[in-house]
Amino acid sequence: MSAVSPAQITAAVAASEPVLVVRDLAKSFGGVRAVDGVSFSVLPGTMLALIGPNGAGKTTCFNMLNGQLRPDGGEVLLAGRPITGMKPRAVWRMGVGRTFQITATFTSMTVRESVQMALISHAGEIWSPFGRARDRHREAADALLAQVGMAAQAERACGVLAYGDLKRVELAVALANQPRLLLMDEPTAGMAPRERIELMALTADIAAAKGIAVLFTEHDMDVVFTHSDSVIVLDRGRLIAHGTAQEVRQDPNVRAVYLGTGATSGGH
Amino acid sequence: MDPGPPLRSAQDDARFRDSHQAPHGSCMIDLILTQTLNGLASASSLFLVASGLSIIFGVTRIVNFAHGSLYMLGAYLAWTLVGRFGPADALGFWGGVLVAAVLTGLIGVVIEVLILRRIYQAPELFQLLATFGVVLMLQDVALGIWGAEDKIGPRAPGFKSFVVIFGNRFPTYELFLIAVGPIVLLILWLLFQKTRWGTLVRAATQDREMVGALGVNQRLLFTSVFAFGSMLAGLGGALQLPREAVTLHMDLAMISEAFVVVVVGGLGSVTGAYLAAVLIGILHAFGILIFPKITLVLVFLVMAVGLVVKPYGLMGKAPVGHSRAHGPPEPLLLPADGPTKLAGLIGLVILALVPLLAPDHILLTLTELVIFALFATSLHFMMGPGGMASFGHAAYFGLGAYGAALAVKWLGAPMEPALLLAPFLAGIAGVVFGWFCVRLSGVYLAMLTLAFAQIAWATAFQSVDLTGGDNGILGVWPSAWAASKTVYYYLTLSICAAAIVALRLTIFSPFGYGLRAARDNALRAEAIGLDVVRIQWVAFAVAAFCAGIAGGLFAFFKGSVFPTYMAIPRSVDALLMVLLGGVQTVSGPIIGAFAYAGLSEQLMKMTMYWRFVLGLSIVLLVVLFPRGLVGTALALRERWRKEPQPAVSLVEAKP
Repeated sequence: MSAVSPAQITAAVAASEPVLVVRDLAKSFGGVRAVDGVSFSVLPGTMLALIGPNGAGKTTCFNMLNGQLRPDGGEVLLAGRPITGMKPRAVWRMGVGRTFQITATFTSMTVRESVQMALISHAGEIWSPFGRARDRHREAADALLAQVGMAAQAERACGVLAYGDLKRVELAVALANQPRLLLMDEPTAGMAPRERIELMALTADIAAAKGIAVLFTEHDMDVVFTHSDSVIVLDRGRLIAHGTAQEVRQDPNVRAVYLGTGATSGGH
Repeated sequence: MDPGPPLRSAQDDARFRDSHQAPHGSCMIDLILTQTLNGLASASSLFLVASGLSIIFGVTRIVNFAHGSLYMLGAYLAWTLVGRFGPADALGFWGGVLVAAVLTGLIGVVIEVLILRRIYQAPELFQLLATFGVVLMLQDVALGIWGAEDKIGPRAPGFKSFVVIFGNRFPTYELFLIAVGPIVLLILWLLFQKTRWGTLVRAATQDREMVGALGVNQRLLFTSVFAFGSMLAGLGGALQLPREAVTLHMDLAMISEAFVVVVVGGLGSVTGAYLAAVLIGILHAFGILIFPKITLVLVFLVMAVGLVVKPYGLMGKAPVGHSRAHGPPEPLLLPADGPTKLAGLIGLVILALVPLLAPDHILLTLTELVIFALFATSLHFMMGPGGMASFGHAAYFGLGAYGAALAVKWLGAPMEPALLLAPFLAGIAGVVFGWFCVRLSGVYLAMLTLAFAQIAWATAFQSVDLTGGDNGILGVWPSAWAASKTVYYYLTLSICAAAIVALRLTIFSPFGYGLRAARDNALRAEAIGLDVVRIQWVAFAVAAFCAGIAGGLFAFFKGSVFPTYMAIPRSVDALLMVLLGGVQTVSGPIIGAFAYAGLSEQLMKMTMYWRFVLGLSIVLLVVLFPRGLVGTALALRERWRKEPQPAVSLVEAKP
């Protein structure tokens, strides 16, 4: 089932250094160890799925990587450089793009303007008080939109887009700083099955083509098994399994956790 | 608009102290004790008003600007009723006080049912605007019924004597008031913990959608909560009767302090309100002793520091969910199209041609309107694209005016350098105040801006040596070449038009986009590398700077500067202009400024009760046009154009 394209293999082999290395990451909330000594790494051009039942610590783990939460312990390395505890915008400057679980776009802007906004920020032009923002990085924005299949809707307001299209815009925005690592929090939540597959296939293609490492959390097991190169499983803050989708599926610990909590594949 | 001193003046407190305190032979400890008691006594009424405000906010999410007006009505009603029932008789006095409180509660019901009920879903600023409309209406109602003269209430029967504490005579009524605070706090606690109604109020404060989903009659709950809160305010006012004169300025004086108390205590927390009221009361009492010149500043400084240290107040919690809890998402903002630009140009040409045709008095009105258009546009810059509503934008307008006036008075500067200097004073204040403000959002940010405006106002009011205090600075006249009305009009028009165009260009520049990105979605903005706080800080300072330009022009236009330039009503003027025009449009503030300033000026000429008419128009506008004038016009235009419906995508089924 796993969809490893030749491009992904070449990318992974060419750059065997992992893009993201996480060591002993830990975070407690009032005595509860939400994340407890988690370590893993992601190779360029590959997709790593982070799964686990509700309350396993996925979101906490994720927010420590993107800078929203400061870890109590452990370290996060991006291409060998520490980004532990940096603010989100600093993490972004280091080359991390991200998408949100609840789509987060700029409702007062058009699709193209949203992407231009990210490009303007990437180019360090944000403090420029004159000159029309709409005229800047137009071609680059259109190229990114073409990549995610949204070129035709460039002039539309973000506020009126269909949900699946918003996700694509978010992806284009996340790609604007030419990231080395893409963090996607439940990228397919709230989408219809067919759209989920389209979006993740698109993401996998882009990741492979550009050598971007992708870490995503996901509830939909179909998506996980179809689109991940490897999977890590969290339960009560601890990493209980790590391997290919196939291996993880067979893992007795994982089965116990999932069957024990009553969650089944494809559910929310 | 009548500015009036927004705060209970320092003189009142001083008068009170002089009349009640032994003039001689008090040692330090006595003094501390007496001042503590004074502070606690004044805390009680403040607490009554603030707790009502807090409870109402907790349940309905409405910041009731009119709460100070209800307090004022309570005092006036008590004055009338006590006089009618017999002030010497205990039953007459206390009966009058209680009936006044209940009547105020009933007035609250009328306000809730007629106005607020219709706007619970509106954006919070519009709710605020509507309640300010109520403030204006009630001011004129009070003026109509009780007249402009201050009313002195009787002493409370049974509480006319003094108690001697540490050699100081202390009035028993003050001791009674000190007890009222904790007693009411206890009653409220029992009410909230032991009754079904109280449980519902607490539940609604935490999650009103859930309470609605559980089948609770929300209408009844909201109305009863509003009535209860109004009654508390009325009681607070009625109990002040033996203590201070009843005046038409009580409303704004009280509301700004009650805001401070509620914000310092934590919105929605009654215990927090009590603690904060005591803190503010004691601070007032000691401030008068130690820093008599900056007592007013002190109160608001505490609020500013408090908000920075504990952004959601002593006992408050961070609001659950998004800060933009209600109101639609921000609509698309596009640069002006051809016809709009042409309309703007034609407007400017008409304004430039006016002096050739119109008489002088029209020219004067227009000069003022043009200044206000810039003032409103500068507020819109931070409110619209910036998403930061300021309740205290007059501070920067006033500081601009003072900047110019002080340069003339102390440096002997002519008009040109004074006008240049003006916006810098405002801009620097914007940098300093803004640093604090941008760390907060929504209602909290708005209240902090109010606090800073009150600091600026109080500084101008109390620093008599520097600013002339209430007497202002006179003789701020333009240079000889600009002395004629026509020349000064052209000067104003060119500076204001240039500033407005510059602000407009900035909105569509990369910085303006960054500002909007920060407003639309701060999390997303940070995730694409934008420093949201710093962007908002710069926008705050820019808005302050531009308001300062308007203020400087206004100083030379009027020839004088007064603290009232920075008072609450002036800030509300600006808010009204922006909201009237529509926050979400770029040309809104200009139209709004002309509509509002024109309207209020005409009203003032037509009727003595122009406040009532203005207030009523504001309320009607909010209820009928929640998007503002330009916003509504744009929405209508969109409807006519019949934009193609958004294409239906693959997914219809959202989970």
